[in-house]
Amino acid sequence: MAVAIAEAPFHVLAVDDSVLDRKLIERLLKTSSFQVTTVDSGTKALEFLGLHDEDASISSVHADQLDVEVNVNLIITDYCMPGMTGYDLLKKIKESSSFRDIPVVIMSSENIPSRINRCLEEGANEFFLKPVRLSDMSKLKPHIMKSRCKEHCHQDEDLLSNSETNPTNNSSSSSDTITISSSNPTDNSSGDTISSSNPTDNSSGDSSNIRKRKAADDEILTKTSRPNHNC
Amino acid sequence: MAAAALRAQLNALLANMFTTGMVDEQFQQLQSLQEDGGSASGFVAEVATLFIDDADRIIADIAALLDQPVVDFDKVDAHVHQLKGSSSSVGAQKVKLACMHFRQFYEAKSKEGCLMALALVRSEFCDVRNKFQTMMQLEQ
Repeated sequence: MAVAIAEAPFHVLAVDDSVLDRKLIERLLKTSSFQVTTVDSGTKALEFLGLHDEDASISSVHADQLDVEVNVNLIITDYCMPGMTGYDLLKKIKESSSFRDIPVVIMSSENIPSRINRCLEEGANEFFLKPVRLSDMSKLKPHIMKSRCKEHCHQDEDLLSNSETNPTNNSSSSSDTITISSSNPTDNSSGDTISSSNPTDNSSGDSSNIRKRKAADDEILTKTSRPNHNC
Repeated sequence: MAAAALRAQLNALLANMFTTGMVDEQFQQLQSLQEDGGSASGFVAEVATLFIDDADRIIADIAALLDQPVVDFDKVDAHVHQLKGSSSSVGAQKVKLACMHFRQFYEAKSKEGCLMALALVRSEFCDVRNKFQTMMQLEQ
């Protein structure tokens, strides 16, 4: 049984160039009690986070300040977008020291195993096949909880070395130990369990935490290669 | 009593859209999201309107592309892909299928084939657009 942590709703940043899909994902997220911000491009997403393409190194110096200004618990992005694809955005986030721990979910209308694997290898936490369903939303929270646990582990380590607490996150810093049971009460469908949240268990290699997930519907479209257009 | 009659008409329309395969379970998903109530009311109408506007624009763009002396099939691909995505998200199954049918023609770089495929997409779109518009009128 999980210990309920009373805090503000989790904030999800949704990125999609299609206005219809943005509307849909916003509704899905709000119905699932998330706070939502939608943007129509990877560039806007980075701007929102306070991350600028060229200044990735600078942003890491100001990480603390950035975290206070913008608190995003999860990023969900379309794969196929003009300009910066979801994959490009994923890479930028994972390259950033301030944001690499934010879980990233990729959405795509096409079930291409090589694409899925590429994203997972780059650090994506989850891959949703479009159209995204309400049932997919329940898969988001476990990733958020996992990353927050990691963040608190780092915070605890900092606490031991410094006396200063870094207010990098919201109210939950009041509870120093988060107890997460082995089965997430909100997620019964996929049988995924949150790894035993022993604070000392920091398997920092993201690849070990990533569960390869095929879309629930599993319609494998037998596709020949398509012409490239930012996909 | 007029409200009940309208309600019955709306239900009959919706049932018809499902049984003819014009819309699929994704549309049902949208309906159930609306039932969440409160801030979600009008969600289906909003999404349907976005789809109609989107599709109108895309179809016009594809027609313009096919009208060029030299057709840019990659752009046609991109537009059809976008329309397929929108129709899939809204649950407009027949439009989605028409888009999938389209692919072989731009891959083969056949202008004639594309024109035929576009005609099918347009026809399916007109059907569902009319039904959506009637639905929204009945809902008010």
